[in-house]
Amino acid sequence: MRFQKRHIALILYILFLLLPIYWLFNMSIKTNSEILGAMTLFPDNPTLANYATILTDPAWYSGYINSMIYVAINVVISLAVALPAAYAFSRFNFVGDKHLFFWLLTNRMAPPAVFLLPFFQLYSSVGLFDTHIAVALAHCLFNVPLAVWILEGFMSGIPKEIDETAYIDGYSFPRFFGTIFIPLIRSGIGVTAFFCFMFSWVELLLARTLTSVDAKPIVATMTRTVSASGLDWGVLAAAGVLTIVPGALVIWFVRNYIAKGFAMGRV
Amino acid sequence: MNKITNNKAWFLVLPVFFIVAISAIIPLMTVVNYSVQDIFDPQTRFFVGTEWFEQVLGDRRLHDALIRQIVYTMSVLLIEVPLGIAVALTLPRKGWGVSASMVLLALPLLIPWNVVGTIWQIFGRADIGLGGYVINMLGIDYNYSQNPMDAWVTVLVMDVWHWTSLIVLLCYAGLRSIPDAYYQAAKIDGASNWAVFRFIQLPKMQSVLVIGVLLRFMDSFMIYTEPFVLTGGGPGTATTFLSQFLVTIAVGQFDLGPAAAFSLIYFLIILLVCWVFYTVVMNAGKREEQ
Repeated sequence: MRFQKRHIALILYILFLLLPIYWLFNMSIKTNSEILGAMTLFPDNPTLANYATILTDPAWYSGYINSMIYVAINVVISLAVALPAAYAFSRFNFVGDKHLFFWLLTNRMAPPAVFLLPFFQLYSSVGLFDTHIAVALAHCLFNVPLAVWILEGFMSGIPKEIDETAYIDGYSFPRFFGTIFIPLIRSGIGVTAFFCFMFSWVELLLARTLTSVDAKPIVATMTRTVSASGLDWGVLAAAGVLTIVPGALVIWFVRNYIAKGFAMGRV
Repeated sequence: MNKITNNKAWFLVLPVFFIVAISAIIPLMTVVNYSVQDIFDPQTRFFVGTEWFEQVLGDRRLHDALIRQIVYTMSVLLIEVPLGIAVALTLPRKGWGVSASMVLLALPLLIPWNVVGTIWQIFGRADIGLGGYVINMLGIDYNYSQNPMDAWVTVLVMDVWHWTSLIVLLCYAGLRSIPDAYYQAAKIDGASNWAVFRFIQLPKMQSVLVIGVLLRFMDSFMIYTEPFVLTGGGPGTATTFLSQFLVTIAVGQFDLGPAAAFSLIYFLIILLVCWVFYTVVMNAGKREEQ
């Protein structure tokens, strides 16, 4: 492949993206005295002590477990309800379909700050405050509409003749949906799960408001530590690096579908 | 695609309808309820009509926050969209470079928003951060926690760092759907690079760019977490955007009535802008097709 000028631009841009992340990583393997003492591009004495602090202290690592649990619940709920709905939107006309679809999308446009207080009261009044399911349900507000939107795009790309042939061959709807249709839109489901993971994993405001102790997510643990002690930069950086790892792993699995997925299957 | 009319399809949509209704309609009703009442405690409340709306609409702090928000969102769009298109054009079309650039580009999108704030908080500090250190070394006096302009620029650069990748990936998806034959035809016709961009690449990117601009508009208009971690809305009110302001009056001062009235206005602004933009773009697209 010819090396062109445009590749230099790309490399510069990627450097711009990676530099702050590298700096975070760099800090996470330094001691606090080195962080505050000198400006070093590479740590003089690399140490894993900051990571050890996080992985041995339940106050830290339970945050990761809590985050994983509610993200997983959210992805499962979002996919389970969005799959049939997306099928309905992509295949049928029904009373109020356009309005319903638009109403769903408006929820993606609602600022989470607007829903802060009502959510807090709603989940407190039904006794779900500080549970994983509360956060998972709250994140459904923006993830379910998004999941329906993406899946509908992918499903519309599957010819309708496949459905008709299957029914003629005597398949019932659930059997057709489970054994033929879902395998056909595998990549679409993967991309949708990726997006649900992404938006649930990165969200802080609702997750922090709806939890206090038992389901406290890692993102909340981090902000609270900043305000409490404020100075342990090494541990904070290590915690930050560990929140990037799951995302990086997930990207690696869907790397070949990312471009199409970001276009919501609509290209 | 011609669809069959079948109202039984509602059964397939019901689960989604219920789950979103629980988490959207009930809270929204609560907000509407608050916005027209003065609540002292759960038993003592008065109906006040549109008083909160009038109070909020006349609030100077809200006007300032709204202007800051609009300037900020416009800057975000004006920088990220052209930059995103430019980077997408530089991406390789095949080979190992594709996967590698995809993974690297998508990385900032998967970082929790408060960690993005933390990363830049550290990176921008003059004493322990590389970015702040280098800028100060160059002789520019830079301190995002003291100087309002520096704070504003840092929040903007952070957003560009965080979200331009979204535009890049969307545009790249659009570019990939262009068959090679188009480029060959353009070459035979002796089309300039600009002509290829204007008449082949840009039209193919249009539909994804609409999604990109809408998403960036909505998300930058509701931005909260990153400036909250980085600057806490300061120094002064330099980076207090609408969500920050809303959380301050709702949770900080516990003024439920004005906060609720403000919430509704806020939501309506976003809905209105999205609707207008979408309608205008779609009508323009239809006219071009004819």
